[in-house]
Amino acid sequence: MMLFYFQRLVEILPFFFKGLWMTVVVSGISLALGTILGFLLGIIRASGNRFIKPVIGVYVALIRGTPFVVQIFIVFFILPDWGIQLAAFPAAILALTILGTAFICEIVAGGIKSVHSGQWEAAASSGLNRYQQLRYVILPQSLQTILPPLVGQYVLLIKDSSVVSVIGVVELTRVGWLTVVRIPEGLMVFSLVGILYFAISYPLIRLSNNMEKRLATQQVML
Amino acid sequence: MLKGFNFRVIWEYMPYFLEGLRNTFLISIVSLFLALIVGVIACAGRLSPWRLVRGLSIAYIESIRSTPLLVQIYFFYFGLPTLGLRVPELQTGILALMLNSGAYIAEIVRAGITSVPNGQIEAGISSGLNYFQRMRFIVLPQALGETVPPLLGQAIVLVKDSALLSMISVMELTRVGQTLTSERFMPAEAFFTVAFFYLCIYFVLKSLADWSQKKLIFREAY
Repeated sequence: MMLFYFQRLVEILPFFFKGLWMTVVVSGISLALGTILGFLLGIIRASGNRFIKPVIGVYVALIRGTPFVVQIFIVFFILPDWGIQLAAFPAAILALTILGTAFICEIVAGGIKSVHSGQWEAAASSGLNRYQQLRYVILPQSLQTILPPLVGQYVLLIKDSSVVSVIGVVELTRVGWLTVVRIPEGLMVFSLVGILYFAISYPLIRLSNNMEKRLATQQVML
Repeated sequence: MLKGFNFRVIWEYMPYFLEGLRNTFLISIVSLFLALIVGVIACAGRLSPWRLVRGLSIAYIESIRSTPLLVQIYFFYFGLPTLGLRVPELQTGILALMLNSGAYIAEIVRAGITSVPNGQIEAGISSGLNYFQRMRFIVLPQALGETVPPLLGQAIVLVKDSALLSMISVMELTRVGQTLTSERFMPAEAFFTVAFFYLCIYFVLKSLADWSQKKLIFREAY
């Protein structure tokens, strides 16, 4: 019986790859948007003005303090009440981007603050303007502390993208859920789903670890 | 924006919300406690001199860390019955949460233990302490303090993760929100209330984590 189900599972393997592709697309788009917005907000939070800073702080706390499932339900069920009707796919992208932006903003702000304040002063006294100070002096140095946790955050976001299956986006987890109804071998089906997630997350985890190690040795050598 | 926000319904459902809150609380505490045990065992395995034990621990930790929790929950929820095990949803959920957080806690404890400088251990050896004495009197007292803030961080993550148990119909906080949504179709009232309760838990745990972090820094400074 198990062999029979295994053969069935192999037959519908393309369906799983489609799901994997959807996971990659959904998380890829939100990662890109989240990185851009996260850097912008992070820079403002680290260096910026007195009125926007607390607003960003509240936003980050709200996102970090609530589960992603609740956030996605709010985006999907409550926005229509206010006249914004979103299909499942854009709703998923929106929710994941909001989530990613909050976490990346924290990482970027932390990285910028880790650069010694003397660097700002040195850059200013070299006659660089505010943008040039950031672009040529501060950001290149803070990237050392930003990059490893940023890649780690990407892994978390890819994993969180599994939650968008609850609003009906047919990505990898949803494919597993749909399959297990027809092929009642839960261990087999979700092992396959797990292996496919592993295939995209694990290389990123290794990359993050390696970066951390390399950057640590680099600092010692300086 | 909140035009027609119906506080009466929230009040009417308050007993359910409070029960959900209590369940979320209990699930998180039980899972955290079990995860601590699993984490310490996995960490001991990870640092073990035997290759087989080390390999198994690494396989466990890495496979948990590179797959989404939702997939792990479904794995047990749909998988255990195919093994002939009829486990209620609540226990299935706690099992998944325990194994998930256990892997992260193993890494936290490992980071704490490896943060104790080698010289300390060598000093212990030359003072004639055996392995258990070294662990008990030198390594653990220093390592445990180090692990408290990240463990509280993990507790925050665990509380938020427990929201995913609503997907296998465990009656916790998020599930109460879903019930209110489907019975009265009032998603805004339901999920904003749910989010509010999660935020309360988050702020309590977050201030605990910040406080323990500060205490740790002060202790090191003296």
